[in-house]
Amino acid sequence: MSEAEIKNLEEIFESRIARDEKIEPKDWMPEKYRKTHIRQMSQHAHSEIIGMLPEGNWITRAPSLRRKVALLAKVQDEGGHGLYLYSACETLGISRDELFEQLHSGKAKYSSIFNYPTVTWADMGAIGWLVDGAAIINQVPLCNTSYGPYARAMVRVCKEESFHQRQGFEIMLKLCQGSPEQKEMAQDALNRWWWPSLMMLGPTDDKSVHTEQSMKWKLKRKTNDELRQQFIDQTVPQAEVLGITVPDPDLKWNEEKGQYDFGEIDWDEFWQVVKGHGPCNKERMTARVSAWEEGEWVRDAAMAYADKKDKKNVAKAS
Amino acid sequence: MKDSHLVKYILGIADNALILGQRLGELCGHGPTLETDIALTNMSLDLLGQTRNYYQYVAKISGDDSTEDDIAFLRTERQYLNVLLVEQPNQHFGYVIARQFYFDVFHYLLLEKLQASTDENLAAIAKKSIKEVSYHQRFSSDWIKRLGDGTSESHNKIQTAINDLWAYTDELFEVTEDDSHIVNIGIGVDVSELKAEYYSKVSEVLKESTLEIPDNKYFKKGGKIGIHSEHMGYILADLQYMQRTYPKMKW
Repeated sequence: MSEAEIKNLEEIFESRIARDEKIEPKDWMPEKYRKTHIRQMSQHAHSEIIGMLPEGNWITRAPSLRRKVALLAKVQDEGGHGLYLYSACETLGISRDELFEQLHSGKAKYSSIFNYPTVTWADMGAIGWLVDGAAIINQVPLCNTSYGPYARAMVRVCKEESFHQRQGFEIMLKLCQGSPEQKEMAQDALNRWWWPSLMMLGPTDDKSVHTEQSMKWKLKRKTNDELRQQFIDQTVPQAEVLGITVPDPDLKWNEEKGQYDFGEIDWDEFWQVVKGHGPCNKERMTARVSAWEEGEWVRDAAMAYADKKDKKNVAKAS
Repeated sequence: MKDSHLVKYILGIADNALILGQRLGELCGHGPTLETDIALTNMSLDLLGQTRNYYQYVAKISGDDSTEDDIAFLRTERQYLNVLLVEQPNQHFGYVIARQFYFDVFHYLLLEKLQASTDENLAAIAKKSIKEVSYHQRFSSDWIKRLGDGTSESHNKIQTAINDLWAYTDELFEVTEDDSHIVNIGIGVDVSELKAEYYSKVSEVLKESTLEIPDNKYFKKGGKIGIHSEHMGYILADLQYMQRTYPKMKW
């Protein structure tokens, strides 16, 4: 294809996005669009899969049967989200095995929040309330993103996430209405998850490398700082309902701006965790890699069995 | 909680579902593929759902103010009446599948008969559960075939698991004293009558999977009368952790 032809295709492509048309897997797309989508969608899928681990940590110890079943169902939903997101990603011409390889080798990233440990039952509440709450803020705009398979997967993901968020809040509420020990457990979880949840919305706008292009492709509709502000403004009143304190002495309602002012985020901590030195980065990766390696013989068996069956069917037919 | 024959009979069924559900729950997030991970979690959810139905019924007939959670979390090890099979550990996927398969074939036959129980609550729970268990049985039988007739490595691994867990199958057909009382009044199922069909079904799947039927005649038992393997204490340590650490709280 000549340069002029490519330029023409690019123009058509950009104008389709500007008209809010969906881009589908077989449509022409610039290589950078494909790559950016593979990166973001797989990062999202990996986050779902890694995210199963910190919550999975409490399945066997959930405090009641009802909570156990709800937690199992929630973690299972995350596996399901991983599944549709990997499938959506595969429509861009990359296999699930390749995506796993990128995760296991450390080439692909996942949400850093899952590198924090879940040390008490209240963490199940805090993760649902705060982490899923921040995720929804990030994800709702993606239901209208330009790439069709991603947008459609996100519609379902967001419905389930919003249910998880309410479930998390309800766990917190129950703790806050319970004994002093339970309330203390809830406060402690808020103390530990608050700042990492703010970091989840990404580096500040002046440090964010992908924002401009992503806004153009509607992979992003608001900047990281705008999303973070939205999250804080929506979450602080919820903490007030719970009767627990957000661990930020600088947090204050700003009448003039109609939003909360908040304290400085410890970005050194953020980069430390992103670069692989958080409290559980190694544990998460080891768990994923060993599940994959220990499962190899099972996957090989399934393939070998399917092959044998195919051959038998061919033999029968001929 | 009253230790009536009926209560103990129901616990004998329900505790199997609880402990197997708990074991499967340990695997969530660690499966060999995303699809099997989701499927095993699903079975765990089904089993725990069934557990809740049984325990809620037990709580109701106990005539005190006990709840499903008291029954699930606040008994001593000797009071759990599940079979030894379901408490066996998840050593690898082959053991998970072999344990599931041995249990599912039994579970299906049991529920088939329990649907005709003269106790309408038990009959209703059985009717609801058998739909789920029919899927469990299909899932585990299909995996026995894949692993048995897959690669030589998978064949050996699943054969070892099948051989090792075989010793726990006979206990499934043990009728305790409490059970006999309930069988005699038409509420319970005489599981000893399910034995022939069970072994014939199991053998059929194993043969189709190119696996050998174990010839071990020495069987282990004890779970049904509350004498468990050494694994059980650790299962309960996890299961009961919150309820024991924070007594009498609402979650």
